[in-house]
Amino acid sequence: MKDAPRIVPVWRNFKDLVEWEQLHQKRSEGDKHSDLFVSLTEGIHNFPGGFALTTVADTFLNWARKSSVWPVTFGLACCAIEMMATFASRFDVERLGMVPWASPRHADLMIVSGTVTIKMAPMLKRIYDQMPDPKWAVSMGSCANSGGPFRHGYHVVKGVDRVIPVDVYVPGCPPPPESLLNGLLLLQDQIAHFHRTGKRAEPTPKVD
Amino acid sequence: MTAEQARTLLAERLPGAQVAGDRPMVVTVPPDAWVPLARLVKETLGCWFFSFLSAVDWKEEGLEVVAKVDNADDTLSLLLKTRLGPGVTACPSLTGVYKGANWMERECYDMFGIRFEGHPDLRRILLGDDWAGHPLLKSYPVDAPHPPYR
Repeated sequence: MKDAPRIVPVWRNFKDLVEWEQLHQKRSEGDKHSDLFVSLTEGIHNFPGGFALTTVADTFLNWARKSSVWPVTFGLACCAIEMMATFASRFDVERLGMVPWASPRHADLMIVSGTVTIKMAPMLKRIYDQMPDPKWAVSMGSCANSGGPFRHGYHVVKGVDRVIPVDVYVPGCPPPPESLLNGLLLLQDQIAHFHRTGKRAEPTPKVD
Repeated sequence: MTAEQARTLLAERLPGAQVAGDRPMVVTVPPDAWVPLARLVKETLGCWFFSFLSAVDWKEEGLEVVAKVDNADDTLSLLLKTRLGPGVTACPSLTGVYKGANWMERECYDMFGIRFEGHPDLRRILLGDDWAGHPLLKSYPVDAPHPPYR
């Protein structure tokens, strides 16, 4: 049998990009602030009467972070149509402060909408790695949750949580925009929890 | 070119071919007459539109390659079939006759492992280059593991 020639991916050439991604992979969860910022806020907090200022500021900032989640536009299959409907004017996810953004580097949230194939999974991981911390992932639909109707197909990943960590699972095949909106509201609660406690909340229960 | 004319022409030029049915007319030949059949069908019967090429796995009876070609100027459409025989994975390539067969045969190689002899660039087209096996064969196990994804 003729051996298939190896194709070397083009992105191997971009050494600095790979290093940048490795840096972001190494950084575990948690909010990233510079040491100067942390010492400044702690100084204000420990100053007599300063805690009132920091608490009010924290509440305001948490509200702001929760209300400006930018999802990266990443549609994989038919769930992407429902995702687009959610982004469009009838359901209008922009009232939650979400702007679908066409670059992973400016995005906080990845909505995995559709079937993840084995060939797509490394690309998905790559896009997820390019997003800055702290980042979030919503698994939308049966296929992304568990493989769905294609679970026993030869090329389908049995759930996107085998590739990236998932925060909210939205069931449905495909989930209507109302379901996705509910999932996004749950995600906002999780983000508020994260910024209050500094820890990620448990992901929502996984339903196929 | 009517179906009757096509039938008489096929009987004249390729006596080994079995012709059955009408729209699509099913023409079955042994593998060594595969390329002559395609050339005859394209140049004489005017079936210049190469619709698709695929294969069927008949388990212990071996593989069968199927191609559909149409005469888009007329109502004639032909389904070409050839049985490779048990355990045989070699088949002559149609790329010398129909250029559109190139990717179809690559897909067929990808899914069934049929080696098309004379193909200019026979490698996998849909699956990754490191894939093991040919998934549309009946012998390919359901839920074949593919760590870490499956």
